Amino acid sequence: MVDATHGGMGTIPAAEVPDVELYHPHSWIEKYVFSQDAKYIAIQYSITALAIGLVALVLSWLIRLQLGFPGVFTFIDADHYYQFITMHGMIMVIYLLTALFLGGFGNYLIPLMIGARDMVFPFVNMLSYWVYLLAVLVLAASFFMPGGPTGAGWTLYPPQAILSGTPGQQWGIILMLISLIIFIIGFTMGGLNYVVTVLQARARGMTLMRMPLTVWGIFTATILALLAFPALLVANIMMLFDKLLGTSFFMPAIVELGQQMSYRGGSPILFQHLFWFFGHPEVYIVALPAFGIVSDLIATHARRNIFGYRMMVWAIVAIAALSFVVWAHHMYVSGMNPNFGFFFATTTLIIAIPTAIKVYNWILTLWRGNIHLNVPMLFALGFIVTFVNGGLSGLFLGNVVVDVPLSDTMFVVAHFHMVMGVAPIMVIFGAIYHWYPKITGRMMDEGLGKFHFWVTFLGAYLIYFPMHYLGLLGVPRRYHDLGTTDFIPPNVATLNEFITVMALIVGFAQMVFLYNLFTSVWKGKLAGGNPWRATTLEWQTPQTPPAHGNFGKDLPVVYRWAYDYSVPGAKEDFIPQNQPPSAATA
Amino acid sequence: MAEATVTHAGDAPGRPDGLRGIAADISSDQRAFKTASWGKAMMWIFLLSDTFIFSCFLLSYMTVRISTTVPWPNPSEVFALHIGGSDIPLILIAIMTFVLISSSGTMAMAVNYGYRRDRKKTAILMLVTAALGATFVGMQAFEWSKLISEGVRPWGNPWGADQFGSSFFMITGFHGTHVTIGVIFLLIVARRVWRGDFDVGRRGFFTDRRGHYETVEIMGLYWHFVDLVWVFIFALFYLW
Repeated sequence: MVDATHGGMGTIPAAEVPDVELYHPHSWIEKYVFSQDAKYIAIQYSITALAIGLVALVLSWLIRLQLGFPGVFTFIDADHYYQFITMHGMIMVIYLLTALFLGGFGNYLIPLMIGARDMVFPFVNMLSYWVYLLAVLVLAASFFMPGGPTGAGWTLYPPQAILSGTPGQQWGIILMLISLIIFIIGFTMGGLNYVVTVLQARARGMTLMRMPLTVWGIFTATILALLAFPALLVANIMMLFDKLLGTSFFMPAIVELGQQMSYRGGSPILFQHLFWFFGHPEVYIVALPAFGIVSDLIATHARRNIFGYRMMVWAIVAIAALSFVVWAHHMYVSGMNPNFGFFFATTTLIIAIPTAIKVYNWILTLWRGNIHLNVPMLFALGFIVTFVNGGLSGLFLGNVVVDVPLSDTMFVVAHFHMVMGVAPIMVIFGAIYHWYPKITGRMMDEGLGKFHFWVTFLGAYLIYFPMHYLGLLGVPRRYHDLGTTDFIPPNVATLNEFITVMALIVGFAQMVFLYNLFTSVWKGKLAGGNPWRATTLEWQTPQTPPAHGNFGKDLPVVYRWAYDYSVPGAKEDFIPQNQPPSAATA
Repeated sequence: MAEATVTHAGDAPGRPDGLRGIAADISSDQRAFKTASWGKAMMWIFLLSDTFIFSCFLLSYMTVRISTTVPWPNPSEVFALHIGGSDIPLILIAIMTFVLISSSGTMAMAVNYGYRRDRKKTAILMLVTAALGATFVGMQAFEWSKLISEGVRPWGNPWGADQFGSSFFMITGFHGTHVTIGVIFLLIVARRVWRGDFDVGRRGFFTDRRGHYETVEIMGLYWHFVDLVWVFIFALFYLW
């Protein structure tokens, strides 16, 4: 710890930022509904995201029922099937994962972990949530419009997204585009808050290189989002104009139902470029907070300092920068110049380097650690395994020649569900089990949590491992019914049934999780202020759950990095970040 | 925010040079940007994000312009005004650009007087800026109605590629919206300056926070950004 980066036990500089005047609510409604407290906003964000995520979970069951037992559930016709996959994908990626990691965990953890009283602009922060809620409601409303929600696939590729062959062509696609635009506006309000809070409102002694990796992950992901969402915003506005005003940004001359349409001269590939310029960073908007959180979970529950902290930070930054120059690896079969494929395959494979550094560092952190196999740790380990698996299949898909035959097969579905579905959701669960005692003051049930973990973890493998095999057989994705095709052997149907049964079982385990989540609020055993004996500032608050203003009368002063676990010669096996040097070793 | 009080000498030994020094400064205690308040930092980051929005618009416009198979209408003819018996190309756009750039000048003066805490001059210069901005939007409305009366629509026009009208209305509309929002906020801030809110530290209606004259400068950042974006639109849409 004498390293200049995270050591520096020397003098703590005088306060540069004077303590802020907190906004105090004037009425019941300002305290409990239109709250400006980041912790409260975080809970609002999380509950909304989980609620709409539940819709997406049910949609995934319906998708699997159709794939596993085609023809049995007659209400799932082809139109409904496409609407289900579209809404499932969009909700999970944007309205659940992005909102929960940044709006939920970001709001709760950033101020607490860096020693701030609140976000820097509480009013804007509050608006961010309500605008997000509006986006969710507009999206949900599309289920009830004539024609139903859009069935264009979550990528919304034109021209099909706005033509009459696609379900939801009347209202669904319009509401989808509008909802995304509203989401981006709301996110920008929150995102500016997270970035400025991290940059300008840290506690005394909290240098950037002493921040917990959770904050680094959320901070970097927010910057990514602020720079990537503009591309989606522009693409949405242009497609909305194509749909409503009859412009031809993305629409070439085209015949629909035997009628020559008035569109001419647009470029569908342009939409794909804009979409994936957003879409690829979006993968890391979800992954980077997961990387950060999992680093903290592993260090805390293995009682070891994180291995290679500085490398971990630079790896996060490097991944973030690289994620802006890889987008067209989603477009190898779209008809690009082949030289582009060469360039984007190269940049894609380069990302494997910082990612591998992170994985090695996690494993080296665990190496000879005092590993407590409690629920957060189990989920963290589950994340590493699923993420490595998903990452390895990414190496296949990143190469042009391997990707071309695998494009639009179940292999792709298995890959991205493993790497950006299962892996980040593992972290979300781990993080909820980990921080729940701070948020509510009570522990979640350990037994139910372990049941939840094992069913989810093993179930995820039983769902997605066979799916890779389906993809290698050539089973295409986004097919309502495979029918009888020569190259698809009969065992595919059996495997599909198996996957469906597993998906239903895993879905059931999530109900157990929700039961645990809600009943532990009053039934869980009392946690105390620091049940995991962790070093970071959020565990050092005078009250649990933290009161308005987080830290009581005086803001904490930070003397060390976030990972002083099992320090030789120290009284305890952890030294909180705000403990002065003299008190730690006496 | 209060002024930075750098009274400590704790970082004296071994301060690194070059890139490492820059990294050490940015990652140093409490604040990455020592002279920027929260509001100013937020505006800069917002403008960075907004830059990406306009970049995407302009790149999309350039893409459709070079990929369309139909000839692009000639901007010098389309945007010409018939004045005094001859067609003067781009005359209206030249005046609009002049007005908007001038408004950047008056905005900069308002910021200057704001830091001298000269309440009246600051407010008046902000009102002048708002008036110039409103003039710009007014002339843009004139330009739109002229083109619409000549048959330009988002979905087509009499002279060439359909994407001409689509891109024109979308990009100038988005920029014009930015100017309009700027004018509204200029009026709000000018009222607060005039009323003396920043002298007595009156609390904001929504945020409950005390105002500072720095708000004028943050407003100025936004306004200069909107002007700068116009320069790019002018170069890429009208001069290309």
